[in-house]
Amino acid sequence: MSASAHSQSYSKTGLWSWITTVDHKRIGILYACSALAFMVIAGIDALLMRSQLALPDNGLISAETYNGLVTMHGTSMIFLFIMPLSAGFFNFFTPLMIGAPDVAFPRLNALSFWIFLFGGLLLNFSYLIGQMPAVGWFAYANLTLRQYSPTVSVDFWVWGIQILGLASLIAAINFFTTILNMRAPGMTLLKMPIFIWATLVTQVLLILALPVITVACVMLSFDRAFGTGFFDPGAGGYVLMWEHLFWVFGHPEVYILILPGMGIVSEILATFSRKPLFGYSVMVYSTCAIGFLGFAVWAHHMFTVGMGPWANALFSAATMLIAIPTGVKIFNWMSTLWGGKIRFTTAALYAISFIAMFTFGGLSGIMHSSPPIDTQHHDTYFVVAHFHYVLYGGAVMALFGGIYYWFPKVTGRLMNETLGKIQFWLYMVGFNLTFFPMHFLGVQGMPRRIYTYAPDRGWNLWNLICTMGAYLTAIGAFLFAVNVFWSLFKGKIAGNDPWDARTLEWSLPSPPLEHNFDVIPTVTHLDEWWHRKYNEDGTRKVLAPAPHFDPQTIHLPNPSYWPIVLAFGILLIGTGFFLPSFGHVISIGTSVTGALVVLGSAFGWSYEKA
Amino acid sequence: MLDSQHTGSAGTAGTIHGAGQEAHTHPTNTGVDNRKFAMWTLIASECFLFGTLIGNYLIHKNRGISGPKPHEVYQIDITTLSTFDLLMSSVAMVFALYYCNARRLRLFQFWTGVVALGGLIFLGFQYIEFSHFVLKEDLGLTRNIFASSFYLLTGCHGAHVTVGVIWMLSILITSLIKGDKWFNSTMVEVAGLYWHFVDVVWIIIFTVVYLFVYV
Repeated sequence: MSASAHSQSYSKTGLWSWITTVDHKRIGILYACSALAFMVIAGIDALLMRSQLALPDNGLISAETYNGLVTMHGTSMIFLFIMPLSAGFFNFFTPLMIGAPDVAFPRLNALSFWIFLFGGLLLNFSYLIGQMPAVGWFAYANLTLRQYSPTVSVDFWVWGIQILGLASLIAAINFFTTILNMRAPGMTLLKMPIFIWATLVTQVLLILALPVITVACVMLSFDRAFGTGFFDPGAGGYVLMWEHLFWVFGHPEVYILILPGMGIVSEILATFSRKPLFGYSVMVYSTCAIGFLGFAVWAHHMFTVGMGPWANALFSAATMLIAIPTGVKIFNWMSTLWGGKIRFTTAALYAISFIAMFTFGGLSGIMHSSPPIDTQHHDTYFVVAHFHYVLYGGAVMALFGGIYYWFPKVTGRLMNETLGKIQFWLYMVGFNLTFFPMHFLGVQGMPRRIYTYAPDRGWNLWNLICTMGAYLTAIGAFLFAVNVFWSLFKGKIAGNDPWDARTLEWSLPSPPLEHNFDVIPTVTHLDEWWHRKYNEDGTRKVLAPAPHFDPQTIHLPNPSYWPIVLAFGILLIGTGFFLPSFGHVISIGTSVTGALVVLGSAFGWSYEKA
Repeated sequence: MLDSQHTGSAGTAGTIHGAGQEAHTHPTNTGVDNRKFAMWTLIASECFLFGTLIGNYLIHKNRGISGPKPHEVYQIDITTLSTFDLLMSSVAMVFALYYCNARRLRLFQFWTGVVALGGLIFLGFQYIEFSHFVLKEDLGLTRNIFASSFYLLTGCHGAHVTVGVIWMLSILITSLIKGDKWFNSTMVEVAGLYWHFVDVVWIIIFTVVYLFVYV
């Protein structure tokens, strides 16, 4: 190792230090804060939609606006909230949990964040100029072609997704390398915390699924910008090609959304049951099986397009298969709780509710795996209920649990438990009030994505209840914000290990120092930190004295402004595609300038001292 | 462009799982340098990228409603030449890495230059082919769906070659400036991995796109 202490000194506070930071912990915080900000916007979308649907024949918002809100709500919640909030956890905790000083490529890590932020801002810019994409989060062809979407609204979607995908791909390569290459000595694959396993499989899914949507988006932007006919039947193209490409990406994507949540819940349940995770190795295999099968089920989104009995039967069988590893996980979580000394903290409440809500969503998912039943449910509110139970009741509840669990490690202060429990119950009740009646609405035949409905359809009562539930959730979200700000300043000081937890990050100060570990730990057990604290019979050990630490051995990567410059270049490349109405010189000039910025900053990057 | 961060102190505390035999400066769990590992990961992703593009081409190649069909436009002689050129640039890449490891500065620079030159010649062939299609065969990007999917696939590959040429030229220029002080074998090896991958993809494209018309 080049044992040189870093020679340059640089400011560790202020805006510039955040812009140039390459510290994975700061980048994690940036990810999480941006994700929560985008969640507020996407949540307001949802509230507007629910307000419109509260009463029949309501005229609160127009059909066009409603279509835009549907699209932006789905796209933002997935790409700008759940994924980046998960990325926030990956960033902050992966190196801490595997005993590494940093991620494999700190500057690439910063680059991922800035590309993500610019992509998110680009997508959200569509609100400001009143050009929200109005094609659904899956942007089915040929609604997206110039002929049917003549304005730049769809370009926001295409370029937003393209840029966000690039950010995720770079991050995925970085974390995949970090986890497989930078674990502390002794931490074999089957001694990694289960959250790290979930992270690893998520990265594999990202690495293999993102290129498919990248190609699809390139084809779509060629159709729109240059007049090719990939998705235009009139030119010989296939409309269904888009659906296939989208879902080849889109189905692994739903596991990209849920696997991190499953990992978080597994950590929380083990900690608050004071038991090791039940069936750890089976959990690992299940996670891998889900990741593998996740690529073989995409066409169950397309049972109604007429693929024929063979295709339908195969995808139906694959979909039913995926329920097996998922069911295994649910029983493992329950067995983890069984006989444990459960502490019902807010984080534990979220994790336990995850099991119930996710099981609900999983059961309606198994219903959909049967093509005849799916044909009945297709494009009804039953499907809306299903995927909100897995993504909201599942992924989002898990992520909130993760925030309550790890907030003390990130900030050094505990969140307020009373406020937290009130928020939890508001969320639980609000969520179920909103989404459980949607099952009824779905089987009563209420279609998805309609902006209003006639009063004589028998949907009035449940719709009103759904909307009331959404308002309750909004109050919960407001309480969460209050809790975060109150706890940041007034929260109880956490200490290193407030939950008596199991994994290595809790052996560090809260918040951890910039260099993470004074001395890289040597790992001998799964749940290493627990085994350092306790004997096998449960009696407390005397903690081994800290090994000798020489500050001279710490090497921190230098901060760098090239990531944000390079990310800005990528934004410029995309921006050029919005400007044809200003003339080709400006439009092409902007994209070329962007490419030159990317190239220039790549050189600046390569030649700067890391 | 990959980060050239060193892998931090993760390796120093003795993470060397049988990696000691290999000549790596920064021991990692797998014994493979982080940058190399990341390049392999990127290549896995690129396989899916090109797989999608090739599948897309196969689906669309005979669906052109008007305009020329594949077998009417391809010039197998020119493409065979350009394929040979690209393959030989991969051989040059092997030499470049060999002489980098052997610390033979001039030969390293020479072969690096040959790799970049081979890439440039390939891009020249592609320019000739594209302009022949557009000018002589009236087969522009939007002429029919076959043309669109052909240009998308080969254009994407051409973009990859362009990135490779820029990368090789950057290595050459860096070496010319820094001389004996810069034998970054890992960087050259990572660039080589990328270059070989782009070559392998071309072999598949050559087979599927240019040779399958004879089947």
